[in-house]
Amino acid sequence: MAVRQTAAQQGIVARAPQQRRRGAIAFGILVAVVLIYPAIDRLVLGPYLGQNFLGSLNPILIFVMLALGLNIVVGFAGLLDLGYAAFFAIGGYTAALLTSPQSPLPFRTDFWIAVIISFFVAAIFGVILGAPTLRLRGDYLAIVTLAFGEIVPTAFLNLEKLTGGSKGINPIGRPHGPIPTITADGTLGIKPELLATDQVHWYYLIVIVTAISVFLVIRLHDSRLGRAWMAMREDEIAAASMGIDLVRTKLLAFGMGASFSGFAGSLFASMLQFIDPAQFRFDISIMVLSMIILGGMGNIFGVLAGGLMFGIFNFVVVDRITSWLKALSVTVGMPFLAIDLSDKKLFIFGLLLVVMMLWKPEGLFPSAEHAAELHASEEEGMETEMPGEALSEEQIAKTGERV
Amino acid sequence: MALILEARQVTKRFGGLVAVNAVDFTIEEHSIVSLIGPNGAGKTTFFNVIAGLYKPTSGTIRFKNTIIAGQPPHEITRLGIARTFQNIRLFNNMSALDNVLVGMHTRLKSTPLGAVLRLPSVVAEERAARVQARELLRFVGLQGRDLVWAKNLPYGDQRRLELARALASKPSLLLLDEPTAGMNPQETAALTRLIGRLRSELGLTILLIEHDMKVVMGISDRVTVLDHGTKIAEGSPHEVQTNPAVIEAYLGRAAVARAEA
Repeated sequence: MAVRQTAAQQGIVARAPQQRRRGAIAFGILVAVVLIYPAIDRLVLGPYLGQNFLGSLNPILIFVMLALGLNIVVGFAGLLDLGYAAFFAIGGYTAALLTSPQSPLPFRTDFWIAVIISFFVAAIFGVILGAPTLRLRGDYLAIVTLAFGEIVPTAFLNLEKLTGGSKGINPIGRPHGPIPTITADGTLGIKPELLATDQVHWYYLIVIVTAISVFLVIRLHDSRLGRAWMAMREDEIAAASMGIDLVRTKLLAFGMGASFSGFAGSLFASMLQFIDPAQFRFDISIMVLSMIILGGMGNIFGVLAGGLMFGIFNFVVVDRITSWLKALSVTVGMPFLAIDLSDKKLFIFGLLLVVMMLWKPEGLFPSAEHAAELHASEEEGMETEMPGEALSEEQIAKTGERV
Repeated sequence: MALILEARQVTKRFGGLVAVNAVDFTIEEHSIVSLIGPNGAGKTTFFNVIAGLYKPTSGTIRFKNTIIAGQPPHEITRLGIARTFQNIRLFNNMSALDNVLVGMHTRLKSTPLGAVLRLPSVVAEERAARVQARELLRFVGLQGRDLVWAKNLPYGDQRRLELARALASKPSLLLLDEPTAGMNPQETAALTRLIGRLRSELGLTILLIEHDMKVVMGISDRVTVLDHGTKIAEGSPHEVQTNPAVIEAYLGRAAVARAEA
């Protein structure tokens, strides 16, 4: 803490460029790894670990996209939304209805147009949910959003003529277009007009859309609107008195937060080629919320990291451990070791969350704001002596950058 | 002198409780007016009615020829009324600079789309806003504290930051709710000088709720006294100080009798 304090006092100017360079290098490495990951997956992880993760990574990234959107509502604007899966469903069904040959709609659109339309339809429903909850905060808001999250999948279930009810919709339109691909010998090329049937295509497609989402969220965070969201989260009355239109600002948070699940939902539906109401149950909302809490609410990179870790746990680690345990039980001849963890996922995850909340309630990579809030009582005694205390280096670098 | 604010028969009821009772009240441009009264007299309620946090039960309020009673607070801020709070309400987990930038909200024009595309106009506006915000911090004596979080500032500085945040909305009328509450005599004196400068240098009109009589009598042009929601006296500081109704409200009937004896 003392180190951070001196950092805050001394070198805002001196540190910022150095940090920026380090950040740029880290970013470059990240981009490179993300770009060549399918080759690593095929040429290294496959042969040596005996397992490919690419197929699991795609749904994980879709959930990361959802987490980014929900983070606008919960992390930035401080509005607890427990029904976020509803927008995911709306995005998915919009794309399905617009592109599936099974759809009762009198027209079909291209997949790309469907993605854009899903983005806006989800945003509109975000505003529709937001409107009646404008006066609610905290627990009350959570209950209303929870209800919305239950109503939407139930509505899709019962609108049988439109959605096929529990039979769902299948197939769903796929994207056409120039998609980068890795040929059998591991080189990267671009084949035009390719159907997205390969997991590698999906990987790049989802990575691009995720990158766009991250970009949008960062820009929004650093804007006048981002400041208004945070001010509203800190103190609604003060925010209104400083000229912030609470109605507009809240609806923008709900609408923009929901719009990302339009992206996510349409990609998800097209990737699975199938959509039914059971895919959007309450546990999806909770899972996405948990990603944010685990990673660090409000901090975009924390949310990315939390989403990835949660996803890897959920889609990869549990299955791996289960199969290892099975193999182990056979080898050592102790059949009771063959525990199937896949049906205990939620239990394990719940346990991890409890531990997490006790040990690091602000998440693994917290935004400086939330960390400060949750540790307020510990810091109280030093507040006046250590004014620079709660500023993280990251934040200083960021502010230095803006100057 | 022109009237900047004109309240007519303003009443605010909470259920059976009449917090503000048919108050007539005016403020002249470029004046410093104080609102005083014992605890629970309805001063802050009256403030909140002006600032738009409460709708008056009846009565009208005119600000520069616009009727503002019943308008939402952000609209009133846009029209040029800014305020501070009795219990400091800063955006605690935001930097001092960001607090001031939030205060500028109504004076900035960038749209979400413009921010996403980072249009040249948005970049220029943000840069200018930061320069202005730093100037405001310097004006209230918080230079160099831009990046300190509001909650980590000492108490007196938090009051100054609230003032800077209110000034950021470029108001013509500033409402200060007990600006010197909890301050030591030196801090109070410094803040009193600052309030004087707000009028002389920025040309503001100021309405003040204050308990410190030295401050009230020192800087006010006019003083209005509320008791149980009703206006009981109004006039120059000296007139109010010697008004028996005021002494009675503050000290009780016995004090009046003693003063007369």
